[in-house]
Amino acid sequence: METVSYLNDGHGLKSWLLTKDHKRIALLYLVSITAFFGMGGLFAMFIRLELLTPAGDLLQAETYNKMFTMHGVVMVFFFLIPSIPAVLGNFLIPIMIGAKDLAFPRINLISWYIYILGGTFTFVAALSGGVDTGWTFYTPYSTAAANSHVVTAALGIFITGFSSILTGLNFIVTIHRMRAPGLTWFRLPLFVWAHYATSLIMILGTPVIAITVLLVGAERVLHLGFFDPALGGDPVLFQHLFWFYSHPAVYIMILPAMGVMSEIIQAFSRKNIFGYTFVAFSSLAIAIIGFLVWGHHLFVAGQSVYAGLIFSFISFLVAIPSAIKVFNWTATIYKGSISLESPMLYALGFIGLFTIGGLTGLFLSTMGLDIHMHDTYFVVAHFHYIMVGGAIMGYLGGLHYWWPKITGRIYAEIPARIAAGLVFIGFNLTFFPQFIAGYLGMPRRYHEYPPELQVWNVMSSAGASILAVGYAIPLFYLTYSLFAGEKSGADPWGAKGLEWEIPSPPPTSNFEVTPIVTHGTHQYEPSREVGIA
Amino acid sequence: MPNGHSHAEHYPGPLHNPPVKGAAAGVPHHAGHEHHPKLQHHFDSMDQQLEASYLGMWVFLVTEIMFFGGLFMAYLMYRWANPSAFQEASAHLNKAWGAVNTVVLIVSSLTMAMAVRSAQTGAKAKTQVAWLVATMIFGTAFLGVKYVEYSDKFTHHLVPGPHFQWTGQYPAGAEIFYSLYFMMTGLHAVHMIIGLGIMTVIAVMAWRGKFDADYYTPVEVSGLYWHFVDIVWIFLFPLLYLIGAHYGAGH
Repeated sequence: METVSYLNDGHGLKSWLLTKDHKRIALLYLVSITAFFGMGGLFAMFIRLELLTPAGDLLQAETYNKMFTMHGVVMVFFFLIPSIPAVLGNFLIPIMIGAKDLAFPRINLISWYIYILGGTFTFVAALSGGVDTGWTFYTPYSTAAANSHVVTAALGIFITGFSSILTGLNFIVTIHRMRAPGLTWFRLPLFVWAHYATSLIMILGTPVIAITVLLVGAERVLHLGFFDPALGGDPVLFQHLFWFYSHPAVYIMILPAMGVMSEIIQAFSRKNIFGYTFVAFSSLAIAIIGFLVWGHHLFVAGQSVYAGLIFSFISFLVAIPSAIKVFNWTATIYKGSISLESPMLYALGFIGLFTIGGLTGLFLSTMGLDIHMHDTYFVVAHFHYIMVGGAIMGYLGGLHYWWPKITGRIYAEIPARIAAGLVFIGFNLTFFPQFIAGYLGMPRRYHEYPPELQVWNVMSSAGASILAVGYAIPLFYLTYSLFAGEKSGADPWGAKGLEWEIPSPPPTSNFEVTPIVTHGTHQYEPSREVGIA
Repeated sequence: MPNGHSHAEHYPGPLHNPPVKGAAAGVPHHAGHEHHPKLQHHFDSMDQQLEASYLGMWVFLVTEIMFFGGLFMAYLMYRWANPSAFQEASAHLNKAWGAVNTVVLIVSSLTMAMAVRSAQTGAKAKTQVAWLVATMIFGTAFLGVKYVEYSDKFTHHLVPGPHFQWTGQYPAGAEIFYSLYFMMTGLHAVHMIIGLGIMTVIAVMAWRGKFDADYYTPVEVSGLYWHFVDIVWIFLFPLLYLIGAHYGAGH
């Protein structure tokens, strides 16, 4: 007879769609964000196909504009932002802190429905012809110029924002109020710290993008004047409000991935994190400093030079907590007993790619250089190194690492390593040439380009196909493992930590009795290492 | 074996877990409290549940501050760019109605506070409902006044858009002012309507005797929300209605 876990505690569609169990809600998110990832990927495929040749031959300019807009909207708002928090965070945070659920289980379910509702609006916008403003919805494109389905898509983003807000709210309250006895702040897993910092950005930033898209909608539909220069309004105000959220939003994507990294690197180096407190506080520092750098998106938008100087300087500051993380992970790996299983491959890939993404960010936060590189493929390459090389590598690494806990099954390791390798190679081949093309002057958001840049674009498109294969393979072996995978023990990696102490998959209430915690997570001590499977 | 701690003997994990099985290994469910019917399964005690709800509402109000904050930022920027236009436009708002509404809202906050207190002290259901209904009456009165004011703006072509007409010196700045006016007071009114919806639910619950000195969380957190919406108005009233008070005196 099978033991009762959250997976078989209740059957049928209704038991899933009306569940209040954070673990089941995490799986609802997993399925839906995977669908949106596929959708966003499809748009990317059209972009890369078009850019194979210098002439605009496959897509018309308007269609191409819609492709990159929908790619950005779907990937940013419907995949990257919810990805790690709503799936892995939702599943793991209550377990990692020794709680039976998030503080507000019903709100957790509601936030999934809100996400789906917002997604539906965006999906309808895509089906009925798409949006062509760029995912940034800059005015006056979005208010006066665009004839596309701006309002539908903006409404989708507005609605989905509440899902993000409610998730962040739930995490903050849960981490404050639901920790098991003895689980002090500095015994928390770094994954939880990263999500705490992420949640702060979610609750402080998301409302601002909500009001901003609402103003755009009101200007478009009700003809209220906010950003229209004819009325004395200022389109640059939109850019300020937009980036006040959308720059910190990048940290909503990367901080949870950093939390995943801290867990994986400790587990597969069999060492406690080097400098726990610094890594924990660096998450908070990134969240806080991240709110003060939005002006680096406006260096060429007519912002005052002095404001630009300050934004430039503060943007440099973000490098400090980011570097603390990278150095501390490296120091953790140093002299560890490293095993290169698939989650660790993703983690090592993350360190390299995030470092490149972060360092090129310094290029762009330098005002003089940014004037040369603004709106070129250099920028595109930079943020894809962070969002894809960082956030998605982190997401995939985390998904593999906790897959046995989530499903109770072990996936096939060999294809997993091949996929991790393909993702790494494909990613670099896709995006490294874009740095060069961008530096040579290739602007973003054009469907044609000078012939001398073709070689870089062909490389990029070739890399994108490898990347697509790398992303597709896990779909197969992970799904296969659900049916035929070997059953997993409580702690298949020998990783330690509260989530590895309960059975895989966990019972519905996570813990039979509320645990009493006496020390931090991942207590790897060499003398005790011997004999651990 | 469904007991999650069965492997604890293999290595010293973070759980301080004696190899004895059963409740002795940790804190038993809901230790030290009898099981209150309103205690949800994932909380250990009523205190924990209450504190979680408080914090949840405060965090939500922080998001509301950021939400309105974006609007106040826009107001600040445009007033700074068009100071005279904003004064001229503001002078056309009805200060008397605005002042009446301010008083109405402050009184509604008082009745709300009384509703919370009556639940906290375990007053009779009827008393709780009476204070809640009083709050709703004042809230509705506020919206009624708002309706009168909005209709007035429509008849005088002060609604931004193709029909906007301005006879003063600064038509463009005035249109921005009225755009902000409708957006800010409109979103505030939406929050009032949501508040009235919440009050209806709470009043029904109170009528059914759901609240007593042990359990009054929903009244308390709804009260927080109501006071917040009230405070937003306290900022809107001077920024929209009063800045034009002396406009024209020097002209």
